[in-house]
Amino acid sequence: MTALLEVEDLRVAYGKIEAVKGISFTVEAGQVVTLIGTNGAGKTTTLRTLSGLLKPSGGRITFDGKPLSDIPAHKIVALGLAHSPEGRHIFPRLTIAENLQLGAFLRSDKAGIEKDVQRAYELFPILGERRKQAAGTLSGGEQQMLAMGRALMSQPKLLMLDEPSMGLSPIMMQKIMATIVELKAQGTTILLVEQNAQAALSLADHAHVMEVGEIKLSGSGQDLLHDENVRKTYLGED
Amino acid sequence: MHTLPQQLANGLLLGSMYGLIAIGYTMVYGIVQLINFAHGEIFMTGAFGGLTVYLYVLPDGISMWIALPLMLIGGALVSVLIALGAERFAYRPLRGAPRLAPLITAIGLSLALQQAVFNWYPKAKNDEVFPQIPGGPFHVGSITFGTGDIFLITAAPLCMAALALFVRSSRTGRAMQATAQDPDTAQLMGIDTNRIIMIAFAIGGLFAAVAGIAWGLKYGSIKYEMGFQAGLKAFTAAVLGGIGNIYGAMIGGVVLGLAETMASAYISNVPGMEQLGGSGWANVWAFVLLILVLLFRPQGLVGERVADRA
Repeated sequence: MTALLEVEDLRVAYGKIEAVKGISFTVEAGQVVTLIGTNGAGKTTTLRTLSGLLKPSGGRITFDGKPLSDIPAHKIVALGLAHSPEGRHIFPRLTIAENLQLGAFLRSDKAGIEKDVQRAYELFPILGERRKQAAGTLSGGEQQMLAMGRALMSQPKLLMLDEPSMGLSPIMMQKIMATIVELKAQGTTILLVEQNAQAALSLADHAHVMEVGEIKLSGSGQDLLHDENVRKTYLGED
Repeated sequence: MHTLPQQLANGLLLGSMYGLIAIGYTMVYGIVQLINFAHGEIFMTGAFGGLTVYLYVLPDGISMWIALPLMLIGGALVSVLIALGAERFAYRPLRGAPRLAPLITAIGLSLALQQAVFNWYPKAKNDEVFPQIPGGPFHVGSITFGTGDIFLITAAPLCMAALALFVRSSRTGRAMQATAQDPDTAQLMGIDTNRIIMIAFAIGGLFAAVAGIAWGLKYGSIKYEMGFQAGLKAFTAAVLGGIGNIYGAMIGGVVLGLAETMASAYISNVPGMEQLGGSGWANVWAFVLLILVLLFRPQGLVGERVADRA
């Protein structure tokens, strides 16, 4: 069986500076795969390239059997690849309900959309309570919930989450991670980028450590969680 | 002769005209953060498009009631095509370039359009007489309206209401708001932002054409350079209301129109300012108002705080 997402020797450059220097990995349907690494390792660049916001300078991306490299960003979501971006990027002056509706922009099954809106409210009850409120008035954690709920609205085959725990309080971080576990249990395929390596590794099937644009280490989440180098560099242990 | 109600009506009419043109500045700025300084010329070419239909397409002596809708269509076609052409061939290649590049391009395009009409449109070197809707003037209490005023009074609120409804309730309108607030994320939702940008330019062109025809009907003549000052004023109105905000453009237009009219009519009654009244000073007061608003409320009368844009 071929993987849902196959990335082969992907290269991305900003001008002359190469931010991603030939990485390869796969995501199988039903898996949670995580990319961890410090700031500037190229994780966000990788996700932005997968969703079409950046153009690769080399390599191949195959999603669900189709090559992605020449497809513009607004057509990629229709193939089943949703991206909840770093920094959340909700639409601040639209309401929560409108933000969720935009997540389903390309769908036309009204009943199905309504059902998924309700599902997002079940997953994140606070969103349901504040559905008429402008999204910009939500707290950081609530905005993160909205960004994830919005990404799910496209019924993605693969959900890409970029730094969902960034800037959140420990309690809110736990909530978000618990939600990811719940989504995984429901069978959602997830590509997770995180700086919080501990949390990401403990729930990932597969993990890759990125350093300055390259994958330095790969393995199962548990393997890397117990790897001595990873513990030293990313989990802050001596 | 010029009573206060008449002055208020004059200000409101002028302001509606500014508001219609200002929509084009504000929608384009709201989505691509570009000040399309050629928009005044898009307004001017809309007026000439309408006139062309009347002079060279329709038979002589045709009733204005049949001619006017066709003139509107012709004017709109010209303005929208020029606006879309500017977007596609002048501004789109410069997306991502330093901001100065599209700004200078806009100024160049503005001059090019003016000179093209000046040199190539028959007799455009002088004022071109614009056909009038027959009838009038009408008197409402102490206020006198011409037929051109009636057109503007009807068209401006209709256009504004239609636009507000479109932006707020249609799928494309929602996509437009999303693109204005966060273009990259809008693409992640599946929104074709290039298409949204084109729609913003087209709506601006359409409104400018309505304003151009209204101008001809109200003042009786049009000229190749009419877009310069009208455009500058409409841009001022957009900034006054809060650039990027469509309600701001409408409100800014009306406030500017009223302020300008009131100042030229009454400021000379203020002791010590006897010399500063009359229409010769209208522009001074309009821009004094702009400076005051920029000093005390830089986001404009109804604009959002800039921090929200991030």
